[in-house]
Amino acid sequence: MKTLLPALALLATAAAADDRPTLTVYTYDSFVTDYGPGPVIRERFEAVCGCTLNLVGAGDGAQLLGRLQLEGARTQADVILGLDTNLTAAAAATGLLAEHGLPVPDAIAVPGGWDDPFFLPYDWGWFAFVYDETRLPEPPTSFAALLDAPEDVTIVIQDPRTSTPGLGLMMWVKHVHGEEAGAVWERLAPRVVTVTRGWWEAYSAFLDGEAMMALSYTTSPAYHAHVEGDETKRAAIFEEGHYLQIETAAITAASQNPDLARDFLAFMLTEPFQSAIPTTNWMYPAVRFDGAEPAAFEALAIPPSSRLFPAEEAPAVREAALAEWLDVMSR
Amino acid sequence: MARRDEPVTEALPRRVALTGGAALVLLLALTLGSVAVVALRAERAGALGPADWRALSFTLRQAFWSAALSTAFAIPLARALARRRFPGRAALTTLLGAPFLLPSIIAILGVIAVWGRSGWVSEALMAAGLARLNVYGMPGVLIAHVFFNLPLATRLMLQAYAAVPPERWRIAAQLGVEGRALFRLLEWPAIRAAAPGAFALVFSICATSFAIALALGGGPRATTLEVAIYEAAAVSFDLDRAARLAAVQFAVCAAAALAALALAAPPAAGFGVRLCVERWDGRGRAARAADALALALAILFLALPLAGVAARGVAGLGALTGAAGAAVWAAAGRSLAVALGSTLLTALLALPLAALVAALDRRPFAARLAEAGALTPLAASPFVIGVALFVVLRPVADPAALALPLTALVNAAMATPFAVRILAPAIRDAEADHGRLADSLGLSGWTRTRAVHVGRLRAPLGFALGLAAALSAGDLGVIALFSRPDAPTLPLLMHLLAGSRNVDAAFGAAFVLTGLAFALFLGFDRLGRGR
Repeated sequence: MKTLLPALALLATAAAADDRPTLTVYTYDSFVTDYGPGPVIRERFEAVCGCTLNLVGAGDGAQLLGRLQLEGARTQADVILGLDTNLTAAAAATGLLAEHGLPVPDAIAVPGGWDDPFFLPYDWGWFAFVYDETRLPEPPTSFAALLDAPEDVTIVIQDPRTSTPGLGLMMWVKHVHGEEAGAVWERLAPRVVTVTRGWWEAYSAFLDGEAMMALSYTTSPAYHAHVEGDETKRAAIFEEGHYLQIETAAITAASQNPDLARDFLAFMLTEPFQSAIPTTNWMYPAVRFDGAEPAAFEALAIPPSSRLFPAEEAPAVREAALAEWLDVMSR
Repeated sequence: MARRDEPVTEALPRRVALTGGAALVLLLALTLGSVAVVALRAERAGALGPADWRALSFTLRQAFWSAALSTAFAIPLARALARRRFPGRAALTTLLGAPFLLPSIIAILGVIAVWGRSGWVSEALMAAGLARLNVYGMPGVLIAHVFFNLPLATRLMLQAYAAVPPERWRIAAQLGVEGRALFRLLEWPAIRAAAPGAFALVFSICATSFAIALALGGGPRATTLEVAIYEAAAVSFDLDRAARLAAVQFAVCAAAALAALALAAPPAAGFGVRLCVERWDGRGRAARAADALALALAILFLALPLAGVAARGVAGLGALTGAAGAAVWAAAGRSLAVALGSTLLTALLALPLAALVAALDRRPFAARLAEAGALTPLAASPFVIGVALFVVLRPVADPAALALPLTALVNAAMATPFAVRILAPAIRDAEADHGRLADSLGLSGWTRTRAVHVGRLRAPLGFALGLAAALSAGDLGVIALFSRPDAPTLPLLMHLLAGSRNVDAAFGAAFVLTGLAFALFLGFDRLGRGR
């Protein structure tokens, strides 16, 4: 009986939901699971929209663009959520997106402000290498120091073709080193224990002791402190400054529910959505509301400066940097 | 009804030709057809880039070494298992099926638990003052591939040993033939018949390696063609490149399969009833020591990664409460449905195909062509099939809504080569042993099938369908492409749980998934063996 009741409840909601419109949102896998922002966002949006919110995980972050292209104009998606500014211009260039036509809230807290006809941001963070101070008492303090560090200072990173953190690191190295980026990757390659498809595979490899550091975010230590009471995880702050990730959402041109999709994007920048971000996605919310961020966020290290390629420059930089990265890393 | 004076075996029975032909056409449509669909959808032609050539080179090198090591280690192991009777031997033979059935996503966890930088071997090396292992790259890929394929190669060789008529062992013992002479006279011909097939099968499996190469390859420097195809098709939406790489992969695997078919000696079949084989050889101290060593090393190599996953999996079961628990059981139900559907489809594809291959015995070229056709899924990329189905179905249906049936179909296609490979020799042997008798009695149709084949096919069919069910239950590949996170299969849910930091629940799900895959295999295998 115990297993039957939830099933019956599910049937009942499904029946009640029949006459409501459904908004389909494609996002990355970890967003939709019970432990990501998905469930709470669904509950809060459905409470106000009179609709059913269908969150669909379409792989790791950088795969969303491929999925959108694969489905083309026949996509079921009304909203694509999870592309960062390294990918937004390429996505807009497919012609598969519609302009959102919404004002950007005055309270927007994304570094550098926001102005884009297709995309609105929902959270942001700085990429960083995360280490365990009990295993690595003296972390590198710059890219230069990382290149010269003892060879047992190993790292685990993500593939820039599948993962937005992996892409972010590639862009970070390019932004800092420009023409020298290929040579920098050649020097980094020996300490790269493995290149994973998604963020979690890399991070769990680090937690399991497979590497000294994993590419993640400056906000990652807040998870360990807040949830596990573990203060030993830290982000290595680099003198050269840290590359930003700004995660965004956009409406598809094929959407059958463009008004509902616009409502979702507007909702995305309100308190019910934004307050869920810090402790479910472990990022800085795009609009800050009092009390949303746990105390552990206060203790986080802040980079000396931010780096970011403008969205419109990113596609060309990404293509060249990817060819360079692949060439070095496949040797 | 066949005329008495015209043996049925000379002409291809109509029923066999029709059903076998239909299965072959469907299989070729799924494999070769999907490359064509993707190539047609592609917009521009181009050449292979430097990274593609490196992927080809790595694919060939790792597949060669994986096949060579698996086949070489299988010889002493099969020899020991074939001639020793000891308590737990039946359990060990069953355990040999375990790694191959293990979902690769779980086996990877096990390999890392034992061979990883903080695994048991590294800890032991550290304690001995040596350096830790770095499992990523070629070593990790080879360890995982041998872990998966050594048992497969061993089971294929054990089948070859079982095909040696038991009377011959007795005659050899009566004549005092022992050791090297016995190996040369009886064992080597059996191994010689099975080894090229085993080598080529392992080569083909490893040449299309995906999850292992992705997880243990350590990035682009150890990328297989299949990983490159996945990246091109599912990640970069570069269908041109996916089609080009799929064609290259087909060529590589087709060449491997053809070479194997050419190398394989005719099955060492003999007339005789298969009772439990008694052996009189190998009583010497050196032979006993060699067998004990082979068995001990194999058990350690195969059981430690399983133990590593089981230890964390049991601990993770505690996390399967509330929402996570309900999700895991619902996903297990879906995986069970997919696996059973896929098993049924495998039977529908493999039985007619195996019958066709066996019936073409008198026409070696046609038989090999049919067998090569049945093996095409080994060379095909599930991702290319998936993308092709996606492209074809998109205008008429929502592929995501059909995710589970499509997954079952693709899984069945991928399992069919194994099933045909297992079933065809059994049908051929049954035909060779009893076919003429059946013909002389004028049996045909279902009566003939029942008299000649049913009893002899039961065990191999149970084994083959057990494999198909377990492979399908553990498959992550294609479902990830159609991706229905609101209704995931168990491997996909495990991937999602692991991706959302719920590691304990992920390991708990891994434990349930392993149990499901093994239960499916054991259920079918036991049905087949009549226990």
